[in-house]
Amino acid sequence: MKHRAFLLIGVATMAITTSPALAADSSDPIIIPIHNWSSQIVMSHIVGQMFESLGNSVEFVSADSQSVYEAVRLGDVHLQVEVWEGAFAASFDAARERGGIHAAAVHDAVTREDWWYPTWTKEACPGLPDWQALNECAAMFATPETGDRGRFLGGPVDWLKNDHIRVEALDLNFAVVNAGSAAALWAEVAAAERTNTPIVLFNWTPNFAEAVWPGEFVEFPAWEEGCKACGNPADGYLKIAAWDGMPEKWPGAYDVLTRVSFNNAQIAEMARLVDIEGLDPEDAATAWMEENQDVWQPWVN
Amino acid sequence: MSDLKADASGFSQPAPTPRTGGIAIATAELSGWKVLLVLALCLAAGKILLPVGMIRPPDWMILPFAAWINAVFDFLRYDLGLLSITRTIADGIEWCLDVTGNLLYGRNRWPHLGPIPWSVLAISFAILGYALGGWKLAVLSGGTLVWIAVMGQWRWAMETLSVIVVAAPLSVLIGMVTGVTAWRWSWFERALNPLLNIAQSMPHFAYMIPVVVFIGVGPKAGAVVTIIFSVPPMIRLTLLGLRKVPEEVVEAGKMNGASQWALLTRVRLPTARSELLLGVNQVIMQCLAMVVLASFIGMPGLGQRLLQMLQALRIGPAFEIGITIVLIAITLDRLSKAWATKKPVHHESGTHWMARHRLWLVWAGFASVAWLVAQVIPYLHEVTRSQALSMAPVIDMSVNWFLTLAAPVTEAIRRFLIIWVLIPFRDAILWLPFTAILVAVAALGWALGGRRSALICLAFMIPIAMTGWWDRAMITVYTVLTAVGLAALVSLPLSVWGAGNATRARRMLLVCDTLQTFPSFIYLIPVVMLFGVSDVAVLAAVMVFAGVPLVRYTIEGLNGIEPEVLEAGQMNGTTWWQALRHIRLPLAFPTILIGFNQSAMFALFMVIIAAFIGTQDLGQEMQRALSATDVGKGLTLGFAVAFLGLMADHLLMRWSRNIHERREARS
Repeated sequence: MKHRAFLLIGVATMAITTSPALAADSSDPIIIPIHNWSSQIVMSHIVGQMFESLGNSVEFVSADSQSVYEAVRLGDVHLQVEVWEGAFAASFDAARERGGIHAAAVHDAVTREDWWYPTWTKEACPGLPDWQALNECAAMFATPETGDRGRFLGGPVDWLKNDHIRVEALDLNFAVVNAGSAAALWAEVAAAERTNTPIVLFNWTPNFAEAVWPGEFVEFPAWEEGCKACGNPADGYLKIAAWDGMPEKWPGAYDVLTRVSFNNAQIAEMARLVDIEGLDPEDAATAWMEENQDVWQPWVN
Repeated sequence: MSDLKADASGFSQPAPTPRTGGIAIATAELSGWKVLLVLALCLAAGKILLPVGMIRPPDWMILPFAAWINAVFDFLRYDLGLLSITRTIADGIEWCLDVTGNLLYGRNRWPHLGPIPWSVLAISFAILGYALGGWKLAVLSGGTLVWIAVMGQWRWAMETLSVIVVAAPLSVLIGMVTGVTAWRWSWFERALNPLLNIAQSMPHFAYMIPVVVFIGVGPKAGAVVTIIFSVPPMIRLTLLGLRKVPEEVVEAGKMNGASQWALLTRVRLPTARSELLLGVNQVIMQCLAMVVLASFIGMPGLGQRLLQMLQALRIGPAFEIGITIVLIAITLDRLSKAWATKKPVHHESGTHWMARHRLWLVWAGFASVAWLVAQVIPYLHEVTRSQALSMAPVIDMSVNWFLTLAAPVTEAIRRFLIIWVLIPFRDAILWLPFTAILVAVAALGWALGGRRSALICLAFMIPIAMTGWWDRAMITVYTVLTAVGLAALVSLPLSVWGAGNATRARRMLLVCDTLQTFPSFIYLIPVVMLFGVSDVAVLAAVMVFAGVPLVRYTIEGLNGIEPEVLEAGQMNGTTWWQALRHIRLPLAFPTILIGFNQSAMFALFMVIIAAFIGTQDLGQEMQRALSATDVGKGLTLGFAVAFLGLMADHLLMRWSRNIHERREARS
């Protein structure tokens, strides 16, 4: 009995002392999913620290980047800070159709995902970034697996890219080999750098790789709706997805979230702090926020 | 530690199946498999003449298993409302995780006491180690915790442990209850056995998908998937322990008028103590094996960090985390084994209270001092990441050095293997009509285990053809066969050399243990750097795992031969080489076959994980199913992999047993 009374008092004092600070936000933690690339993790922590400065409690869980939209829709996790048009539009739209999830904000950043090469490749094939020049150098990219054809190293199959279709439509002298993870892509670039081997692979921006290995995208015919022989859109969106129940449960935090918007340089910097400087994501978030007070302070106030 | 892991993985069913009939049937069987083999060769040779439906499974044969499974799951979820039940269970687990999370790493939940300072836990573990196994164990367990803390991995390790300390006891409890039920009612055991076999040969990713559907993502999902993965060995060992209880002991209990319940809890279970504790040890090991994989569905801690590091190509820090996982595994393994072998202490009556609880008092004293000191010196409370030591630069440098050194060689190896071995073999296996493969498998089964084995093999292979994933399954088979084959080329000579002397053998087994406990994901990045995204990289990663059991069982087989046999050989003046070829290897052969069996299982698991390098087999589809949360597809693929494993298990174990039986018949 004594314990229960003690507990009740504890709860009551907590309710009294914390309620004015929280405004109308629920005291349940806001759960933010983190994925397997660094800018997303750092940005999640930045948003999380902004929420914490409002007095909210925040928790992070790691989640798969495709199935996360289903989890947001069901309210298991509550927002996702980097919805890439190229990679996740399909999953995001599918979840939106079923209801429970919406776009809370759009970043200033534009995203691009396409065939890419590091600078040392250009030394071997000076006609780049033109795609026809690339095709003429195809033999340089040959590997034992692909025989005479050049190898294009694609992303994992579940990223749902149309590389095979494009190779066919443009009659490229390339074979598509799919890596199984982003890590495998980077490992290949790192190995190619060591021996100065030309390599063309799937890459995207904003991304830490730009800082480690300078390079360029291959210029394919400009993107058009339904075109098979074209490149990917060069200005894809980057959005923030949120659970439909969020505005009601945490109005204060949600209000801040709708104002959040990062640009390419800021996102690349977040990735750089982790991937090049070697900071842990939490520390990178803190460091970034200290450096960029003027960016995020207006969103919070 | 891992020899136990291998033993309890339970692929080998000890149930002896008596061979039917005598010599007459044996000859009939012999010719039977020859007929089948000829038929298979004819099918392959006459491929051009075959109708399309005999080259690849025809459409009418392919059944929509995935859609059926999804329908069942939808029914369970929505119509039966199972979802609310599983979510309730998950909430219960989550409550436990909140408590451990608060105590171990200060998660903002009830009881709001934690985090416990690392120095307190390190001292507690050291004393626990001392109590169970003396000074050596004290240094190991205390040292492990100190290492974790000073390397700045404390919070991550505690996040991992906060899940394991909830998952492992639950797993032990569920395993014991299920084991006792299976022991009590034999029909339950009969139903359970095939389920356990399949569960233990199913790739981990396959059952992660239903967990995501029913539980969601996050630490609770990590806990649930860890429980599912670690429970089978506990069930098997409980059953084994209860079966071994001598009748006299039970009789004595009965004579004392014990009830059924009392017999079970006071007589049978305590008598089975050592098996049960071995089960606990297995559960802990399996939990640690899941640390990295479970982070795909939200398990926090070391595994998650390790994947993040690898994603950014930071091999050094990832390696450090790998070392931590190995250290934790070794510590918990030694602690639980020490507990299993320790006899309960009985004090003489009249011993003073202080004397009886001396170690408890010492612990309480040290722990409270550590607690107080930690309040004053923050370093002893928590080592922040900026204070942490790191050997990552050294590791990175040596990896880099190795890669640069190896680059010219690896390019040649890659070219040779791809062009002369892998592509021809792969094309051949894909060229073969599926009917030819089915008949050949039946012939193999018949040759090794008679008509019954032929039918069992077909029962495993035909459903794979019916899933519609035939080509991918064949690519999986091709990878496993090549990996095991190449691994055998390397590890058999190595283990013959290793078995030559006892110290060398012991050291090699230690290397095996470490390689096996080391999180498999770490191997994936260096092999891509060495061999690119190619089948050679996949093989290299798989070979590490396929080689370990081969080394272990070959050494065991060679060293397990009775010395008299070898002495007899020596007296006849055989050379070392003759002794090896004609005496030692043949005698060790059944054991080596068990090694091959384990090797195939490990290779199958690793092939699925190698999807992260880039493969075109069942694993790649499994990865796709996981990210699309497609339960039906994931389980269908999982069954396909499990059936391949069970078939290999059946064939190799049958072969090994045949040799034993023949030998016994002769002597």
